[in-house]
Amino acid sequence: MHKIEVKNITKYFGAKKAVDDITFTVEKGEILGFLGPNGAGKSTTMRMITGFIPPSDGTAVIGGSDIIEDSIAAREKIGYLPENAPVYPDMTVVGYLDFCSEIRGFSGGERKKKVEETIEKCFLTEVKYQTIGTLSKGFRQRVCFAQSIIHDPEYLILDEPTDGLDPNQKHEVRLMIRRMSAEKVIILSTHILEEMDAVCNRAIIIANGKIVSDSTPSDLRAKSPVHGAVSLTLRGTDPEKFLSFVQEINGVKTAKLIKKDTDAFKVRIFPENKDTPIADRIISGVSENKYELKSVFVEQGRLDEVFRTITTSDQ
Amino acid sequence: MKSFNNVGAIFKREIAGYFGSPVAYVFIVIFLVLLGFFTFYISRFFEVGQADLRNFFEWHPWIFLFLIPAVAMRLWSEERRMGTIELILTFPITLAEAILGKFLAAWAFIGIALFLTFPMVITVTYLGSPDIGPVFCAYLGSFLSAGAFLSVGIMTSSFTRSQVISFILSVIICLFFILAGYPPVTDVMAGWAPNWMLDLISNLGFLSHSISIERGVLDFRDLLYYFSVIFFMLFVNGIVIQNRKAS
Repeated sequence: MHKIEVKNITKYFGAKKAVDDITFTVEKGEILGFLGPNGAGKSTTMRMITGFIPPSDGTAVIGGSDIIEDSIAAREKIGYLPENAPVYPDMTVVGYLDFCSEIRGFSGGERKKKVEETIEKCFLTEVKYQTIGTLSKGFRQRVCFAQSIIHDPEYLILDEPTDGLDPNQKHEVRLMIRRMSAEKVIILSTHILEEMDAVCNRAIIIANGKIVSDSTPSDLRAKSPVHGAVSLTLRGTDPEKFLSFVQEINGVKTAKLIKKDTDAFKVRIFPENKDTPIADRIISGVSENKYELKSVFVEQGRLDEVFRTITTSDQ
Repeated sequence: MKSFNNVGAIFKREIAGYFGSPVAYVFIVIFLVLLGFFTFYISRFFEVGQADLRNFFEWHPWIFLFLIPAVAMRLWSEERRMGTIELILTFPITLAEAILGKFLAAWAFIGIALFLTFPMVITVTYLGSPDIGPVFCAYLGSFLSAGAFLSVGIMTSSFTRSQVISFILSVIICLFFILAGYPPVTDVMAGWAPNWMLDLISNLGFLSHSISIERGVLDFRDLLYYFSVIFFMLFVNGIVIQNRKAS
């Protein structure tokens, strides 16, 4: 019951298929990252899940309520942060949140409490009585975020929640999302890969309106060609000799020179099998042969690389 | 009850929106100044020497023609432009509640502006002893036609994110509604159009209905006319929002 089910959702804009038959289910406790290049259909999908745009085909069921058949009940359960965080610039922060909580059905003392709580939770106390139009982008983003959590919804849908925030604010918002995640279903879209990595425990990548990958961030990373490779920086002037030496080590597939300076060089060594660690063998080999080691790094894989291959291939 | 709360929440926000900006006060001042100017300088209220307000009320539709589209133009265009339409339509309220809340707020705002013309009534009762019944009716008629103009304005405002386009469209449509019943126009048409057509067109216009109410005749058909115009325009507004919210 406590889940969002997206069933064969499809959207045409004219003849163009913006979202093409997307189906997935998100359970309680999951933070689903929705990734994709611009124009892939992330926002359109989220807008259909929240009931803003009617789908051309298919539907979404939020905690048992169909967004089309039982729209109001479904919308009551959702907290939604739209793209670009729209707010009413002529209202004060308190006034705006008061309006949002009124529309969410709170009244009297309870409403006041909700507004106060949310203001505190989203670090808005200092701008409480300020007109939203005079606030910086970061504050506006947080005001709109506050709007989405004011009724403590079980289902949170956040379209680029950290867009326009500085690194500290990003960190805070991410912490907030993580803290709330245990008892909620959260879907967030982003095109920042490190963000997905920091916050989400599941990642769906869409390209051209279709799901092209659905896995955890670490699985995603493992798809990277450099995953499991060892990068070394050594003091020395003869990289060729080192390369031929290191290729003899058991489990090593190839080794490549990445960079060469006057007195040091950097190599990347790829394992035969990504799941067998080779770093220890390489290091002992290096120390036996008295190479002077400057740095060692085991590559986790590069999300941006994986992202690029997934979203640009087979088209 | 819930529905009432939702309309109320939207209503309060919109009213606060009007009075939170100087536009509201500017509007009210312009409205009062224009009315005074037309009544006293063009219609020569004092020189006519009659203790009634006909010269005052006959200007209302023409002033509404320009000022009401200006009040209504922001209602949806602004939401579209700022993207807040996405918030309002994903809140757990129906579209009808949102439209009604907005419409009633703008109507109440115009009602306040209209109420502020009360010195006219005081003046005329000081100078003579007018029939207060027809004056009251005329206010009601004026308020109703303001509602009809407003419903046109809120509808055109749902078409576009540009307030200017909304304003122009709304003025054109309202002008049509005024001219449809305007004697110079109907006189010209009487020359060639059959009677039934003439009746149809002049009955579609605002003027033929407001005139009879201003005379103090509260006919059910006139009330029905205004409310059906308002209902129709708000209904179209709903359909437009429903279909265009995607863009």
